[in-house]
Amino acid sequence: MSLSFLRSRRRRRMAPVKAPRQLAAVTVEPSEMSEPGAILDIQNLRTTFRTDEGEVNAVDDISMTVRRGRTTCIVGESGSGKSATARSIIQVVDNPGLVEGGRILFRADPDGPVYDVAALSETGDGIRSIRGSQIGLIFQEPMSSLSPVHTIGNQIAEVLELHTELDERQIRERVIAELEAVGIPQPAERIDSYTFQLSGGMRQRAMIAMALIARPSLLIADEPTTALDVTTQAQILDLLAELKRELSMTMIFITHDLGVVAEIADDVVVMRHGKVVETGPVEQIFHDPQHPYTQELLASLPQRDVPTGRVAPPEPQSTPERVEVSGAVEEAVRHEETAGEPLLRIEGLRMEFDSVAGTMFSRREKKRIVAVNDVSLEIAAGSTLGLVGESGCGKTTLGRCVMRAYQPTAGRIHYDDGDHAVDLATLSTSELRPYRRLVRMVFQDPYGSLNPRMTVREVIGEPLRVAGIAQGSELDDRVESMLERVGLRRAMASRYPHAFSGGERQRIGIARALITDPKLVVADEAVSALDVSVRTQILELLSDLQEELGLTYLFISHDLSVVERICDRVAVMYYGNLVEEGPAASVFTDPQHGYTQALLSAVPIPDPRLRGTRPRIVYRPDEAA
Amino acid sequence: MLRFTVHRVLHVIPTLIIISIISFFIIQLPPGDFLTTQVAALEAQGESLDPAQLEALRIRYGIGEPFWVQYWKWITNIVLHGDFGLSFQYQRPVSDLISERLGLTVLLGLTTLLLTWAIALPAGVISAIKQHSPADYAISILGFVALAVPNFLAALALAYIGFRFFGQSVGGLFSAEYVNAPWSLARVLDLFGHLWIPVVVIALAGTAGIIRTTRANMLDELHKPYVTTARAKGLPEGRIIRKYPLRIALNPFVSTAGWNIPQIFDGEVIVATVLALGTTGPLLLGSLRSQDMYLAGGIILIIAVLTVVGTFISDLLLAAVDPRVRFGKA
Amino acid sequence: MTSRELPVADPENHEGGTADDLATETGRSSGDVASASQRRLIWWRFRKHRLAIIGLWLLVIMYVVALFAGFFAPFSTSSYEGQHAYHPPQLPQFSFEEGLYVHPTTGSTDLETLAPVFEENTEEFIHLRFFVHGDSYRLLGLLETDVHLFGPSEPGQRWYPLGADRTGADLLSKIIYGSQISLSIGLVGVAVSLLLGLLLGGISGYFGGTVDTVLQRVIELFMSIPTLPLWLGLAAAVPPQWGPVPTYLMITVILSLLGWTSLARVIRGRLLQIRDEDYVLAATLDGVPTGRIIFRHMVPAFTSHIIATVSLAVPAMILSETALSFLGLGLRAPAVSWGVLLQDAQSVNVIATAPWLLLPGLAVVLAVVAFNFVGDGLRDSADPYGKRAP
Repeated sequence: MSLSFLRSRRRRRMAPVKAPRQLAAVTVEPSEMSEPGAILDIQNLRTTFRTDEGEVNAVDDISMTVRRGRTTCIVGESGSGKSATARSIIQVVDNPGLVEGGRILFRADPDGPVYDVAALSETGDGIRSIRGSQIGLIFQEPMSSLSPVHTIGNQIAEVLELHTELDERQIRERVIAELEAVGIPQPAERIDSYTFQLSGGMRQRAMIAMALIARPSLLIADEPTTALDVTTQAQILDLLAELKRELSMTMIFITHDLGVVAEIADDVVVMRHGKVVETGPVEQIFHDPQHPYTQELLASLPQRDVPTGRVAPPEPQSTPERVEVSGAVEEAVRHEETAGEPLLRIEGLRMEFDSVAGTMFSRREKKRIVAVNDVSLEIAAGSTLGLVGESGCGKTTLGRCVMRAYQPTAGRIHYDDGDHAVDLATLSTSELRPYRRLVRMVFQDPYGSLNPRMTVREVIGEPLRVAGIAQGSELDDRVESMLERVGLRRAMASRYPHAFSGGERQRIGIARALITDPKLVVADEAVSALDVSVRTQILELLSDLQEELGLTYLFISHDLSVVERICDRVAVMYYGNLVEEGPAASVFTDPQHGYTQALLSAVPIPDPRLRGTRPRIVYRPDEAA
Repeated sequence: MLRFTVHRVLHVIPTLIIISIISFFIIQLPPGDFLTTQVAALEAQGESLDPAQLEALRIRYGIGEPFWVQYWKWITNIVLHGDFGLSFQYQRPVSDLISERLGLTVLLGLTTLLLTWAIALPAGVISAIKQHSPADYAISILGFVALAVPNFLAALALAYIGFRFFGQSVGGLFSAEYVNAPWSLARVLDLFGHLWIPVVVIALAGTAGIIRTTRANMLDELHKPYVTTARAKGLPEGRIIRKYPLRIALNPFVSTAGWNIPQIFDGEVIVATVLALGTTGPLLLGSLRSQDMYLAGGIILIIAVLTVVGTFISDLLLAAVDPRVRFGKA
Repeated sequence: MTSRELPVADPENHEGGTADDLATETGRSSGDVASASQRRLIWWRFRKHRLAIIGLWLLVIMYVVALFAGFFAPFSTSSYEGQHAYHPPQLPQFSFEEGLYVHPTTGSTDLETLAPVFEENTEEFIHLRFFVHGDSYRLLGLLETDVHLFGPSEPGQRWYPLGADRTGADLLSKIIYGSQISLSIGLVGVAVSLLLGLLLGGISGYFGGTVDTVLQRVIELFMSIPTLPLWLGLAAAVPPQWGPVPTYLMITVILSLLGWTSLARVIRGRLLQIRDEDYVLAATLDGVPTGRIIFRHMVPAFTSHIIATVSLAVPAMILSETALSFLGLGLRAPAVSWGVLLQDAQSVNVIATAPWLLLPGLAVVLAVVAFNFVGDGLRDSADPYGKRAP
């Protein structure tokens, strides 16, 4: 009794009561909208980040229009100000960001009043009555964007408590219904779970439910699929498109991925360095780009054809449970002619990890996790093998086994370059030392893999120095000529890694790998952390170097378009198992294994004309077995 | 939650056993055994012990036997009979001496803990929310000073101020007329009138530490994406802070509170000595000076056990407020 | 936590680490920053902490004074004048004829109140000069000399700039000599703790597994029991007949025995973190031998953190020594430390008559605050590349 009284009092305190007056103060004539059909009209917006050392214009005098009922994609590379623009709309820019100038005209109803939301106080009731109820927001990282200590139901219900008059029981029913609508199974139970009990895809669905439960007229999705696996991304994109249609919403979708843009956008806004470079309908942007930057972006995209071969019958949209597959997964390996002798032959490789749960005094729960399960592969000398799969499939573990960063549990890794023939899997640390020069690795993270406390000269020269191959000026000379070879300047050798951009650091990483004249290079997600345009440059560098030095690559990536572009053969992994292996062309055009088909069908194709021409394939291991 | 509780209990038991071994080790540290000291003490008073009694005592304490046998006798007597041995200085059972003073010690400790929390939490939160404001700087400077002032010095200074400006009789927890009076409302009021000096002094250093952790945690949490999410829902600022960052910054706060308990007992020993309070601290110090080891060991054991129990409770509290701990995810 | 999320192609989320960030943080041009080593970067960042710089200067001054205590102190610790017990502080006066001076006093006891009374003889002057000859001492324990920085011009004359203690010795001189022990015991204690912490934390972090679990439990155990009663118990066992040097060593060992736990935790945590860094794996794959990986790649990454932690641990040691000595279980007179000096100020009655006896406490506060400032500054600037430590 008294409890419900307290609760209703709290709700009254939370309610934005002063909103009508504050909104009335910022109402403008509908004629001031630059387009009558617009839901949102941004005019000369400037958002700055104030730091102790001065101001940075994150959003620099931009204007754009979002038309009602359409999906507008804001696309750009890191630092383009796309995220800051989206957040400026409801004034939730991260500290110390501030909407500095310009107008943001928002018209929730086609015939309703027009408000300049940029003129509202950022903590006032006016903007609060719009946030969540009129404009919903979805973030990139659902794990950190949701509170870890509140149940998802609690966090979703809060929106209704705030913006509706429903009582507690009704709210709970609505939340459960909404969770069901976004495709969360057993919503009546999941409503009381915490974020860490849900998978990444489920968390993002919960986030979507939260953004949509008050039925906003505008949904802003800020890189909502960037942190997700490609198959999960496909599901979330489908879900968003479906919800948008059902609820007749308008959507602003922020992404760096042009494939995603082609998949869902109606209109596109291209941003760079805080400015709008080009706007237009998606067809025009992709097929008749005007601005050189847009052209450059599109040129850096791999042009992939639609798989024309056998297509599995479309299955109803549902969420496949990701289950641990055993040896039941059939393997589709096509043994076609291999070019040349294999440089590396992996046979029956198996890698297990112990995961210990519990503590000293409690029951020890030891679990063996099989990261790589009986994988056999061959890489021909001078060729590139692409190893693809989603997070946790064991591709990185496999790469590290080849590098002997891990001692494999079982299996053989035959290495044979004509001069040396040896099973890397069984060598001891000291026997391994000569092969450390012949088999090299390029890391994913160009920030973490270079010791920040050593100069570039020391970092690159380290393997030569410890092997006693070169010293003094000879060493310096070799390091500097290697720098030139990867497209950097000789003088940069005395700098520290922190003086370089991501792309330059990755070049340093490549230089370090190649300084020892290796035969085999394992590139583990070597371009994943880079922007699209930089990524293209690095890929080109890698293939130039391959030709020049006769290198063999094991190229590990989650990004199918990158793999297709540079690999001769492709191997697909799924939960530790190798499910398919074959020449790149045939794997991509005619995938044999159900998982490969699902994976390929989930990859967004950067061509809006092909939208909806492919069925989405969902892979269920138990059916495949 | 039940599973978690059982796990924590399993952790506490070996800790208690090791603590009791350490306590007994300290009892054994000074040269000579208890009986020799006891006899010497009695002889100094002109009394003597008859050989039969001496022999009985020798068996009772296991004098002359190996360390583990003596320890076993000592600890089983405590656990089974509540018998902590005999204080030769006071010629009374240690358990009586401790129980007389334990109530006040616990009262002092609890009051200090509550005051620490009552000051540290709001101060830490305010200085985080109003970062770089005068209030933040004032709290930070006070924190620095509070960390740097040895607590006996603070006790002396406060006692001096109390003596000089309020004419308060320093030392002790009761005014002269209430020392031996039975419990009454007036006596309780008198007690609280005296309690504030030691409580403030002991709380000082602990508060400074907790303010710093709370502030750092809050600053961390205030910029987390989930705060932006909450803001994007349209929640008012005050409620955002109360429901999300504060709630999450509370978790390390609760666990810090557990680590704070040993500090309180440390402070109690010194401050109570300076202010001559009737708690266990001065008793411990006195017993150590006169090498009255059963008394000293008993007090060390009791204080350590209290601390472990306090830490245990704060662990349970942490599990209650943080689902990640409860589900073993963090 | 989901550690196995897909790589995110959006370096907007990368924390710090770029040349521009470092340039703004250190207030240097990015050209300077590009070829600046870790030590330079830390120093540039540290220099921007004004309080830390003040603390650093204070510490430098204090340690110099402690090192040359004989020169800076007007008197030696053994010189006292019984009749001047509890003599109040004397401010130097100035006149053009006499320069800086004080008047000599004679002390007596008021027979009614039993309070000490001092009578100034305004006819005579004790001239205060720089570089005067006084009690002889050994500079740095080597050079026999009797030159003092400032004091009465004639040997044998008395002056009490900060008052006198109960024996009639100059308190300032005692504080200066006391700083030798009080300031060094923190360093020595922390050095021993560090040794233990490095050893056990290193073992724990390097081997991991069961060894790690056991050591972590032991550390938790140590942290969950009140340390002071244990100190007291152990310190009480130090035989009173021991000389000052063995007692000093013993007290240091006791303090560090119980102080290594938090250091070991920090070291283990950092070690585990660094062990998983990509650049350490990269070095392994470069064929770098284990020794070189540890000393060339891992150690430089955590020394700055360790130094910061250590500089925050020193003040705790200083406070502990003071507390132990104050309670009479640490060092004992004739050894001079700030804690020993404060023993004189144990009762309110003494303080009421001679409040200046609390001044050694002020020295403690000053030293501790200075260490805390420096430690805070170091902690904030310790890692110029990665995430900010809270």
